[in-house]
Amino acid sequence: MSVRLRIIAAMKQVAEEQQVQLPPLADELSLHETGFDSLAFAILVARLEDDLGIDPFTISEDAAFPLTVGDFVRAYENVPA
Amino acid sequence: MSPRELFALRDHLRPELKDRTISDARQIVPLTGLLAKTCLDGRLRELSGRSVLLSTSGQLMAALAMIELDGVARRMLLCPPDLDPHHVPALIDDAEIDAIVTDQPSRWSNAGVYLIIGAGLPKPALKLPSTERVTEWLMLTSGTSGVPKIVGHTLEGLCGAIIADGPARGTPPVWATFYDIRRYGGLQIFLRAVVGGGSMVLSQPGEALADHVARLSARGVTHMSGTPSHWRKLLMSGSAAGFAPRYVRLSGEIADQAVLDGLAQAFPNASIGHAYASTEAGVGFAVDDGREGFPATLIGAGRDGVEMKVLDGSLRIRSGRAAHAYVGKRAAYLADAEGFVDTGDMVELRGDRYYFVGRRGGIINIGGLKVHPEEIEAVINRHAEVRMSRAKSRRSPITGSIVVADVILTAGSADRGKEIREEILSCCRASLASHKVPAMIRFVEALEVTPAGKLARADA
Repeated sequence: MSVRLRIIAAMKQVAEEQQVQLPPLADELSLHETGFDSLAFAILVARLEDDLGIDPFTISEDAAFPLTVGDFVRAYENVPA
Repeated sequence: MSPRELFALRDHLRPELKDRTISDARQIVPLTGLLAKTCLDGRLRELSGRSVLLSTSGQLMAALAMIELDGVARRMLLCPPDLDPHHVPALIDDAEIDAIVTDQPSRWSNAGVYLIIGAGLPKPALKLPSTERVTEWLMLTSGTSGVPKIVGHTLEGLCGAIIADGPARGTPPVWATFYDIRRYGGLQIFLRAVVGGGSMVLSQPGEALADHVARLSARGVTHMSGTPSHWRKLLMSGSAAGFAPRYVRLSGEIADQAVLDGLAQAFPNASIGHAYASTEAGVGFAVDDGREGFPATLIGAGRDGVEMKVLDGSLRIRSGRAAHAYVGKRAAYLADAEGFVDTGDMVELRGDRYYFVGRRGGIINIGGLKVHPEEIEAVINRHAEVRMSRAKSRRSPITGSIVVADVILTAGSADRGKEIREEILSCCRASLASHKVPAMIRFVEALEVTPAGKLARADA
């Protein structure tokens, strides 16, 4: 499964657990509009770290937190594994 | 001289009580007749009025030396087996140590203390010792970092709860504990055995749990204590089958309903209870109704001279059983101006009962919201297929940290892992605020337990 698909699957899983109604996950969708709160994002990032072996938001201290779903996915895709 | 009678441990070794022993995995030493023996090669007189550091390789030797030294030495500092050698100079200085009793003299030859007396198995004594003073018992706190604090007790304070409970009825008990007797919880059991007229079976480091339990059964142990982590390990091991104590006690950690129920199932004929005690506050109370937490009626001016209150969420105890001071030049005050010791154990009132929720210092901060790992573990442990769990924080770039949990399942449950994880999480969601629900649950084979028998939380 590609990084993108794994991220989308993890988001759906977290959304289900946190009882968040996810809108269709388009690249332009702002993360705010996903309905995820900071706890849901924290869980997502930790799961992805275990799954993919990377946490792009800790590696680079000055990395701005992404604004859209597309930015979020690219943050993972751009980290050399 | 005051007419008040001095009592030391030796005064509880009445010769009319027969067949009493103290044993470890290697030796059985009769307590009956011990008064006429010496484990210090007859050199006890040299230790009269001295501040003695007691460091032995095993508990049995420590037990024999305690009996001989109490009432003669000025002070007796009990060194637990995991004492960090780097802390020794500070402890010697603070406790004004001027003699060492040890079965490893070479280890102590460079400690800067002139008088070193070797300890060995009892030999007939030429002269019977007599009790001449109240010895100060010094114990070390079992904190995880820095030089441990030295806590000062007297035998009278240490035995407060034992005297209040009165002697055990029926045949003399055979006591055992998973604890080391050089720590508060273990010392209580050793003192119960000596003062209450029973026998004692000591634990042995490195001994396999199954061998330990076989030894407990073979020596007829009737009364046993340990931390909830100790007991969970016993329940997990499958070795409990042949063992049938009549009295099972938990202390040192929060006894949740799951472990109390698990023990009630494993030992249907035993009285199962939990006690609250700490090295500083002494024995607070015992709960024998089989339920977690304690009745709110225990708070207030209490029974047996133990007074308790809850302030800022933590349990405070004023009691004759509490330690009288931290010892040392820079020692902090142990109690507040009114004599209450702040235990640092946080409690919560629900209905007519208080429940322990965790340690003040153990709080995890989740994006500004506070969580005690213990309250999460108590919920996870309710699942029938969970044996033991540990909640801890995991660093998060988003919220600072999140809660994750490591869980040990009962034997044979592993293939149901996915369902069990879901069941645990839905139980957590039903009873905990959302930030306390573990973000991840990992199934593990083992969880680290500290030398003091508590779940290791160093990274929490």
